[in-house]
Amino acid sequence: MGRYLSTLRIFWIASLTAELEYKANFVIELVATAGNLVGSIFVLSLFYGRGQSLGGWSWEGALVVLGVYTLLEGVTSTLLQPNLSTIVAHVRTGSLDFVLLKPIDSQFWLSARTFSPWGLPGIALGAALIGYAAWKAGATPSPPTLLAAALMLVASLLILYSLWFVLAASSIWFVKIWNATEVLRSVLVAGRFPVSAFPAGLRAFFTFVVPVAFLTTVPAEAILGRASGPWLLAGGAVAAGSMALSRWFWQFALRFYTSASS
Amino acid sequence: MAIVRAQGLGKTYRVADKQPGLAGTLRHFVNRRERLIAAVQDVSFAIEPGEFVGFLGANGAGKTTTLKMLTGLIHPTSGTVEVAGCVPHRRQAAFLGQITLVMGQKQQLIWDLPPLDSLRVNAAVYGIPPAESRRRIDELADMLELGDELRRPVRKLSLGQRMKAELLAALLHRPAVLFLDEPTLGLDVNAQARVRSFLADYNRRFGATVLLTSHYMADITALCPRVLLIHEGRLFYDGSLETLTQRLAPCREVRLELHAPLGADVFASYGDVEAIEGREVRLLIPRERLTEQVGRLLADLAVVDLSVSDPPIEDIIGRLFHRGALA
Repeated sequence: MGRYLSTLRIFWIASLTAELEYKANFVIELVATAGNLVGSIFVLSLFYGRGQSLGGWSWEGALVVLGVYTLLEGVTSTLLQPNLSTIVAHVRTGSLDFVLLKPIDSQFWLSARTFSPWGLPGIALGAALIGYAAWKAGATPSPPTLLAAALMLVASLLILYSLWFVLAASSIWFVKIWNATEVLRSVLVAGRFPVSAFPAGLRAFFTFVVPVAFLTTVPAEAILGRASGPWLLAGGAVAAGSMALSRWFWQFALRFYTSASS
Repeated sequence: MAIVRAQGLGKTYRVADKQPGLAGTLRHFVNRRERLIAAVQDVSFAIEPGEFVGFLGANGAGKTTTLKMLTGLIHPTSGTVEVAGCVPHRRQAAFLGQITLVMGQKQQLIWDLPPLDSLRVNAAVYGIPPAESRRRIDELADMLELGDELRRPVRKLSLGQRMKAELLAALLHRPAVLFLDEPTLGLDVNAQARVRSFLADYNRRFGATVLLTSHYMADITALCPRVLLIHEGRLFYDGSLETLTQRLAPCREVRLELHAPLGADVFASYGDVEAIEGREVRLLIPRERLTEQVGRLLADLAVVDLSVSDPPIEDIIGRLFHRGALA
């Protein structure tokens, strides 16, 4: 475990050094993320324009959902996108061999190798929006609420990670998988709104097929102190299940790679 | 006690049998046909610790497939492999910490960063303490004649410098067994020579076992007392390089530049005529008669220039397999 932590530190220092060669990126990302967020808030405000509400959610509640979504987008740009896009490159150029020959878990290497600071503005803006909206909504930061919120945020990150990883790992068969992750990204956009805002069919799809509900709505409920026990349990179970799935899937894909590659 | 042991090793690939063109693709889509290709068949050998072994074969002979089975990157279809007391394809940390693979066509260094950053990553992954890793980097950099290059981004290094840095990265954990797949590919003659002398030095200094594939005969002759020769997936020869070259290349190539062009019949008594282009002639002369025949050539004909060389290894191997003279 200690070796994994020190490896992670070295990984991230190395990738920060590489990324910081391009300092202007940071400002551009900050402006882009803020612009996106303002756009999303504006779209959301249209729904609430004449005293209506969205799926039974108050304006502030919906802002918390949007905050969680922005935070996840930030994490995607910081860790998921840069790491998992390299899986595809590794498969294409054959440098996956080098990863497999290292005495370290290959899924860990592939998932944590790079750290791109450009998503950090998104994480900060998302966290700020969550804090502000939760305060406006009158949520009380009691220890149980904080604990539930933290757990559900972690669960949502794990689910998001697993979705990305499974998709990226399938490049072992399909090599050019990168377009599929764009599809995933656009499906996940649905997470900007509370899942109850969607018609019943879509709601079921976003809960059971692509668990968008557990990505943003459930954590937002937990932050607002409204999460019920069963939903918390379900969130934990889906997270654990998707992590297990991603691990199993990687082993399965590797068996294929190592018996078929030339 | 052998450190590398292969017993009846075999690998069969399943490949799609597909006609070219759109029609072929469609037919393949509807009616998928597959063929089995035996890339490696019944290969057995053992390598003792500290040996430097050359691994020869034409392109597609099964060298890379064998190397990948030895390093555990692919599972053998049949037979057994044991490297450093482990079964490679289980990829246990104990095994991975003892081997390394260098591929001339692929690189592990981070493109945008200086090699030192990649080395730091490798040191962490292999659990080498910082002080020890600094010591090893200094030692290897010294042997490789690398200095400031380690502080420059990889993308700004020449191919030769990059290969040396790749070697450093691959050897930082001080592996006992080195698998080198064309490590001198594309390098100029000087860089090749430097890599070669480094490998010899490394092998001596650390007693490491090395299995080397190369298309450059000079690499093999300089480094490998013993060679394995693989052809169409089967092991054809396992023994000393000397015996092999005598058997494989009983002739040497003599290039002549004459004062004036002469007909092919003139050379019949000296050796086999390979080619005549104007005043330039290439002859094949058996080794044991080389001195005598060269003497005669110089005495009898108006020779401007004369040089003697070994035909390229690919040629030799190709010619012999063609004639089936090896079996």
